[in-house]
Amino acid sequence: MTPTGDREERIPIWRDQRFWNIAFQVLALAAVILLLTTLFGNALRTLQSQGRQFNFDFLGNPASFNIGESVIPYQTQDPYWKAFLVGLLNTLRLIVVGFVLTTIIGIFAGIASFSNNWLVKKISQVYVELIRNTPLLLQLFAWYFGVIFGLAGDQPRRLLRAIFITKRQGGGVFIPWFTGEPVSLTSFGLLIAAAIAAVVLWRWRIHVMETQGASGQPQAIALAVLGIVSIFLFFFGLAWQFPQPTEAGGVTGGLRMSLEYAAILAGLVFYTGAFIAEIVRAGIQAVSKGQWEAGRALGLDAGKLMRLIVFPQALRVIIPSLNSQYMNLAKNSSLALAIGYPDIYSTASTTFNQTGRPIEVFILIAATYLTINLVISLAMNSLNRAVELKER
Amino acid sequence: MLFAATLSVATLTACTTPETTDDAAADGDEAAPTATAEGSLLSAIRDRGTLVCGVEGSIPGFSFVESDGSYSGLDVDVCRAVAAAVFETSEVDDLIEYRNLDSTERFTALAGGEVDMLSRNTTWTSSRDAAGGNGMEFAPTTFYDGQGMMVTTASGIQTLEDLEGRSVCVETGTTTELNLADRMRELGVNYNEVKFQDSDATYAAYAEGRCEAVTSDRSQLAARRTTLPSPDEHALLDVTMSKEPLGPVTMNNDSEWFDVVKWVTYGLVQAEEFGITQDSVQEALQSENPEIRRFLGVEGDLGSQLGLSNEFMVYAVEAVGNYGEVYERNIGGQLGIDRGLNMLWTDGGLMYSPPFR
Repeated sequence: MTPTGDREERIPIWRDQRFWNIAFQVLALAAVILLLTTLFGNALRTLQSQGRQFNFDFLGNPASFNIGESVIPYQTQDPYWKAFLVGLLNTLRLIVVGFVLTTIIGIFAGIASFSNNWLVKKISQVYVELIRNTPLLLQLFAWYFGVIFGLAGDQPRRLLRAIFITKRQGGGVFIPWFTGEPVSLTSFGLLIAAAIAAVVLWRWRIHVMETQGASGQPQAIALAVLGIVSIFLFFFGLAWQFPQPTEAGGVTGGLRMSLEYAAILAGLVFYTGAFIAEIVRAGIQAVSKGQWEAGRALGLDAGKLMRLIVFPQALRVIIPSLNSQYMNLAKNSSLALAIGYPDIYSTASTTFNQTGRPIEVFILIAATYLTINLVISLAMNSLNRAVELKER
Repeated sequence: MLFAATLSVATLTACTTPETTDDAAADGDEAAPTATAEGSLLSAIRDRGTLVCGVEGSIPGFSFVESDGSYSGLDVDVCRAVAAAVFETSEVDDLIEYRNLDSTERFTALAGGEVDMLSRNTTWTSSRDAAGGNGMEFAPTTFYDGQGMMVTTASGIQTLEDLEGRSVCVETGTTTELNLADRMRELGVNYNEVKFQDSDATYAAYAEGRCEAVTSDRSQLAARRTTLPSPDEHALLDVTMSKEPLGPVTMNNDSEWFDVVKWVTYGLVQAEEFGITQDSVQEALQSENPEIRRFLGVEGDLGSQLGLSNEFMVYAVEAVGNYGEVYERNIGGQLGIDRGLNMLWTDGGLMYSPPFR
């Protein structure tokens, strides 16, 4: 007896795989919705029983607290949303500079762990182990109370000939910076143009060498000239302004970073750098031994071998993991509060305390960090697509 | 970061029974609790057997953790008096759990039910009291203070105007940070503000010379000055920037529990006015004075109206003494701060208890 089409359709519903697939999804969704509505309903009821409201109107009220440092003009009578904005800009200022520096430190420390030089290798290992295995908050206190306060005194102190650090007159770390005069801006534009030209020249040189078998010498000479001009422009065209101690015991000129900014930046950069170093090391070790041997067989020296053969392949392993380190840096920047740097978390926590609106403010903080991290993720994913193995 | 987690969990899950009895205007006669016992923290605390009291924990004279782990100070004694009244014993040290709270987490800890009351040099302001603001309930002031400014003597700062271009350390989440901004705006002084979440970090940064000045309540500055490495190199400026009435705090929606904290606090002041001390409270029970007899529960039922035993003030005074003794033990003797505004009203101060009747 052969089953007919009718019988097949009459399989009981609880034995139908497709039914259960959908049913479990619906159940999961219902559970999540129930949980969320219970939690939020409870929160709203509690607020109501305490006679409080849930809205964001308070953002328009004057903040009436001061913020230690700000990149945009801010006064105490400005509204809360502006205080938020000041905090956000302070956070962004911290994490953008942090990304650049921590990447540099991480890559150098990671590569150094492969060095043939015993001292360099050991320094890299000690750095990574020491930093990775102690809490960040402790490190921030060490940077702030130990290193920064150890260096900064009542009189401006000169470090590395051109940097000044002082506690007095507002305090800060002063580094050489360009003045922003027209001549300085022009030179800056020229430097960028030179960099673009150099890239184009380089590509053209490789192209003619590969396709026409040319020597590439004229292009090499042009590149050298461009380099020399750029160096001149960099040193003399940018109108560098060096900080100078004043008679009154302060410092003028240069770019001022507050002591708190310097401490949190150093803390975050070295902390995240240690993790990046490990990621870089893992990425390099993931490149198969045959690639190293092939490179050596071609007669490449250690530097070229790393730069041309190993590192580009290691990047494919490194970049996805780098993403989460950048996110960690962004989130860890909220520890700035502990050492007095007015980031978004600091200004927001002052706000919720003065307004009694913790839920609204925490939603705002969460949304801010979420946005920042999603942007980081997006950027890193597109970078990842650029370096990943192209399969055809 | 802990308080963020506490807050989100506590506020999302806490389900407090709505109780809107407004006792602020209630007279003594009408103070009989209208709320049922089940909604109030009072019965929850009795069932639990411990009072959880939020304190600062690092200001000598107010609340300070001693080297053996015990707590001392004026704020701590208020917790102990309340615990004595609630648990009907003068031996309260094992019945109180202290929580050290920093200035930003204190209100969320209270609102989330992590602590039963704050006794943590908290300034009474309208926005903190209002339901549309922080939604707290302020018990009577236990210390009338004002905001001051401590500077290093080496800095040569004499007035607030001298702070032009200098750094001031301040603790975030306090009224002092707002008062400072207000006063400096009024004076047109541009100063550099360094803000910390934690008072220990604030004073550590000041001690390290990060700031030439630090601002807080005058009592707190005087107390902290004693713990600085060399107290002689620091001085308080002769300015009072604001009014800072400090007292215990409970949540807005529990008038029964609030009344207990309020009247135990008043009771300490009233005991001083009656001349009842820690040592003489047992004698005072024999007093012929009807006011004292009512106050100590020999006559009448004032205590049970509050949901306590009638002798609640006997236990409270036995545990900590009257307000004057509490002040002398913690502030007058230890820190040498004049009683000033904190004298009884009969001596020209502001300490005044409504009648126990």
